[in-house]
Amino acid sequence: MLPAQEFDLLLGTLAKAGYELVGPTLRHGVIGLGVIERAEDLPKGVADEHAPGNYRVRSDGSPGWFGYVVGQESWKRYLFPPEQTLFRAERDEHVVRFAGETPETRRRALLGVRGCDVAAIAKQARVFDAYDPGSSAYGAALAQTFVVAIDCSHPAATCFCTSMGSGPAADEGFDLALTEIASDTEHYFVLRTGSASGRRIAEKLTLEPATRLHREAASAVSGRAVELIERGLDKQAAKRLHADHPEHPRWETIGDRCLSCGNCTMVCPTCFCSRREDTITIDGTSAEQRLVWDSCFNRDFSLAGGIVRESIASRYRQWMTHKLSTWHEQFGESGCVGCGRCITWCPAGIDITQELAAMAGDRGAPP
Amino acid sequence: MSNESPVSLPRLKLAVWKFASCDGCQLSLLDCEEALLGLAARIDIAHFPEATSRSAPGPYDVSLVEGSITTERDQKRIQRIREQSRLLVAIGACATSGGVQALKNFFPQGDFVRVVYPKPEEIDTLSTSTPIAQHVKVDYELRGCPVGKHQLLALLASIAAGLNPRQSTGSVCQDCKRAGYPCVMVSASEPCLGPATQTGCGAICPRFGRGCYGCFGPMDSSRPLAMAQTLQDLGLSARQRHDLFQSFNAASAPFRLAVQSDDA
Repeated sequence: MLPAQEFDLLLGTLAKAGYELVGPTLRHGVIGLGVIERAEDLPKGVADEHAPGNYRVRSDGSPGWFGYVVGQESWKRYLFPPEQTLFRAERDEHVVRFAGETPETRRRALLGVRGCDVAAIAKQARVFDAYDPGSSAYGAALAQTFVVAIDCSHPAATCFCTSMGSGPAADEGFDLALTEIASDTEHYFVLRTGSASGRRIAEKLTLEPATRLHREAASAVSGRAVELIERGLDKQAAKRLHADHPEHPRWETIGDRCLSCGNCTMVCPTCFCSRREDTITIDGTSAEQRLVWDSCFNRDFSLAGGIVRESIASRYRQWMTHKLSTWHEQFGESGCVGCGRCITWCPAGIDITQELAAMAGDRGAPP
Repeated sequence: MSNESPVSLPRLKLAVWKFASCDGCQLSLLDCEEALLGLAARIDIAHFPEATSRSAPGPYDVSLVEGSITTERDQKRIQRIREQSRLLVAIGACATSGGVQALKNFFPQGDFVRVVYPKPEEIDTLSTSTPIAQHVKVDYELRGCPVGKHQLLALLASIAAGLNPRQSTGSVCQDCKRAGYPCVMVSASEPCLGPATQTGCGAICPRFGRGCYGCFGPMDSSRPLAMAQTLQDLGLSARQRHDLFQSFNAASAPFRLAVQSDDA
């Protein structure tokens, strides 16, 4: 049990162990992610409201520090950066020298990772490991990362983690997990450890053991969160979406609304596509290749070269069926964690759960 | 031998041309400041009236063309420039879509001329403002009002190295998300053309909390009707939506369609 007034002890211990602390910060009216040093830096007493294509943060004066859910950014930017240099080449007279860039392997503690995002980190790790067994840059970054999970207490209207089995509390994939108990009279965190390094940090905190009352309060928080989740997704229907409804007329309806802007893919914590970009200096003596987040909604998105999916309906179908169906065939699980970001941050407000229900509810329709 | 660049790549002979425009894109080139020194190592500026009155005759390796075609004289001039240029690059919203002056395409010619000029009879112009590609073959286009100087330099560097320049694709939103700028439309209901607009600017406007004005023009998968619907759902009147679409790239087909869909 960690009293709120001693939260800085946890942050200090992590900092002393060599971790840069990254956590939720309130910036321009949005809960983003940034470097934090003290509990003071956390967005306190705020709540967030999510709807398809709409997001607001409001101060509600609540006593908690984590009474909101995920924002626009996901943790993938720390493990799979939006842009990174892969190698540089320098030319001098007739010699070209190549120098590989070592990916950044900073020791970093991610603080306040929600169950859905803990699951997303594990999914991305499996994706990159499948492509590059045992030696992915993602794996190297993750090995240097300490994950402090927070159980959600106030799920948003766009959350559906319970359908995807990823929340609201994390089961595994963290080093430490906290449940926040906040009221006008008391404010403390109940800790769980999930790894050897988590236990080492916890030992240094010399905590009072949690009493039965503390533990009951913690499980009540998670229990209430489960009750509060309104949205759902039929995971079995999702898995069969690609096989059952490849030509459903609903794809065209979505295609008419879709902006093809790629926001869903950028905010999705499991989307992993990237492209390589080459640049050269004007004097022709040095060049570099960078890896940049890409999107399957871009017209020229293709491994083969050329344009593979001209219609917007086919692009949305590719994204949604890969996420929900063919990810199973490729990686043995669903690619969705139910964080709801693709719903909130779609400017057109397209709702993946509603679209699935509209198609799956139509199972009798001709294939 | 000693004054050659360490890599013996051929030097490029560059010309910069102006048509109907504000000169802002040419200024982006001058604005490259210290990078101009690097440029000078590889490029001979043969014709650039904005920078120097010295002018060398063609042919040219690369012609940067700013501005739109609005007169018969310019219709002929762009043909001659094309003939003298190995590569022709249209730079900026005017050269790539007709610019803000293409608003005149949608109204009777005489109306504007009478309002703007004290002696309308002395004005000899076409009734339209049209992009360069409508008149001659264009090898590359750089969007924006004005163009981004980093894009301009990257393009020249690629051409100088004999590489195929990479053209930006995808929406401005993708730049916002990669950079971590909060979405102004979803989080603050700011009207923003980012989802319909080609990236390349680095999302300058959303970075400062403003909606995108679409100065880079429609991306190649631009969805004008879905964009118009999204703005309508945000509470924008038809007039407000039209004002947004009818600016720097008013005559581009997708933005035109977004307006016409209301008129229909």
